[in-house]
Amino acid sequence: MPTQNDDCTRPMTSLEKLSRRAFLARAGAAGVGTATASVVVPIASAAPPEPEADTQEPAIPGTIPVTLRVNGETHHLQIDSRATLLDTLRETLLLTGTKKGCDHGQCGACTVHVNGHRANSCLLFAAMQQNAEITTIEGLGTPDKMHPVQAAFVEHDGYQCGYCTSGQIMSAAAMLHEPCGPTDSDVREALSGNICRCGAYPNIVAAVQSVRRNS
Amino acid sequence: MQPFELITVNSVPDAVKAQAASPTAQQGAQVRFIAGGTNLVDYMKLNVETPRQLVNINGLPLDTIEPQPGGGLRIGALATNTNVANHESVEAQYPVLSQAILSGASTQLRNIATTAGNLLQKTRCVYYRDTAFGCNKRQPGTGCSAIGGHNRMLAILGTSDQCIASNPSDQNVALAALEATVHVTGLKGDRSIPIAEFYTLPGNTPQRETVLEAGDLVTHITIPPLPAGTKSVYLKLRDRASYEFALASAAIVAKKNGDHIEFVRVALGGVGTRPWRSFEAEHVLHGKAATPANFRAAAEAALRGARPQSQNGFKVELAKRCLVHALTQATA
Repeated sequence: MPTQNDDCTRPMTSLEKLSRRAFLARAGAAGVGTATASVVVPIASAAPPEPEADTQEPAIPGTIPVTLRVNGETHHLQIDSRATLLDTLRETLLLTGTKKGCDHGQCGACTVHVNGHRANSCLLFAAMQQNAEITTIEGLGTPDKMHPVQAAFVEHDGYQCGYCTSGQIMSAAAMLHEPCGPTDSDVREALSGNICRCGAYPNIVAAVQSVRRNS
Repeated sequence: MQPFELITVNSVPDAVKAQAASPTAQQGAQVRFIAGGTNLVDYMKLNVETPRQLVNINGLPLDTIEPQPGGGLRIGALATNTNVANHESVEAQYPVLSQAILSGASTQLRNIATTAGNLLQKTRCVYYRDTAFGCNKRQPGTGCSAIGGHNRMLAILGTSDQCIASNPSDQNVALAALEATVHVTGLKGDRSIPIAEFYTLPGNTPQRETVLEAGDLVTHITIPPLPAGTKSVYLKLRDRASYEFALASAAIVAKKNGDHIEFVRVALGGVGTRPWRSFEAEHVLHGKAATPANFRAAAEAALRGARPQSQNGFKVELAKRCLVHALTQATA
């Protein structure tokens, strides 16, 4: 059964030699968990380094240098070109508020803001977001200073297991700045990219509508 | 996901040169442009797409939406689906395009997805998406697992014995009805391709979906002006009320003169291997009274060549009713 499209006679790059996953895939073990597993290197410099500081990390083989602006902070990273923004946020930057639900842009649990617009972080390569201002749920508000949408979700019991919740909140917060009709149906349509297995939808809509009424 | 090199280009000629290193622009391309990536990254995670180099074209100046002298519209290849759908010129002059785009995907996806990316989006066929199965589109010669398999969401128009994959886009159905032109630049310079000539039928070469060659970059699309007084409708029928692909859809642009149809365009989605402009339906309708009987006759003509599969026979009648309903709305 044919499995891969790649040309097995092509010499391996150093990147591929380093990746066991790539070796397994080339050997014909099709679909061996490559779709959802993270390929990020779990090394991050969380503190923004001074421009003049002589603290350059040695280059990590198989990675590329990527600078990300997340929640107002700058991070200089060395990551695989394949690393999605989602995996980088969670596993390199340890911002685990953004969730992986499907990893294919179908559930919305990974919703973040890119330059103020909501997007699925699972389908964005981190290396392509170097000029973007990224906001995650951690940057939207804190327990002491909640975003109005977060406060409304608490007040209206807008979650059960909580797994879709950060994506719902990020989606709703961005939606407040988009054209959207006044009715509950309009809100459901606007948030249809965020699915909730627990079925908390009625309370989610109530929470969002309460924010819209009070703005 | 296969490892790849990411390069960023800052000019259109550099982009063309970079992708021209691939032997093809079609299935199996070794070098791919990446814009929004909402389709490409999905397929790279599935190893359906295995480019060894991605060319980031997001820095190219191709994202404007500009009214044209003479009344048409020019939409840059990198204009996002959201920006196109919400643009005042699109809403005013081509509401069917706005409706179509907004009926597809989710806001998160539309914020990132681009016009040209949507033009080129791939089928959702479960066998295409799964490298464990034979698929003539993904790997020529390995057979079509969908024929006789799970084919409920797949095509009844334009199919062949090699491939029955449906084109899932809503945007493209509206663009087909609007007679958009796709503007491409490549190794041999610029060319303009009417959308009716842009997509190929699967035939014996399902791995080829468009007329694009290696090095070709879509730069923009243009839409000609419509006669004054037209009304347009996009009707999408699907299993869920939102965030789901079409089982059958119809884009209609129509203008009546009294109770007769003076101008009409019909395109179908969800049922074709490519966005399906129905000249057959238009021929039946032109100059005729806008009556249910004539709408039904047009629908019969549109679906005359339909070849239902083992699980999607319902689409034949569904597409007809979709067409009749959309025509009714467009001529109300």
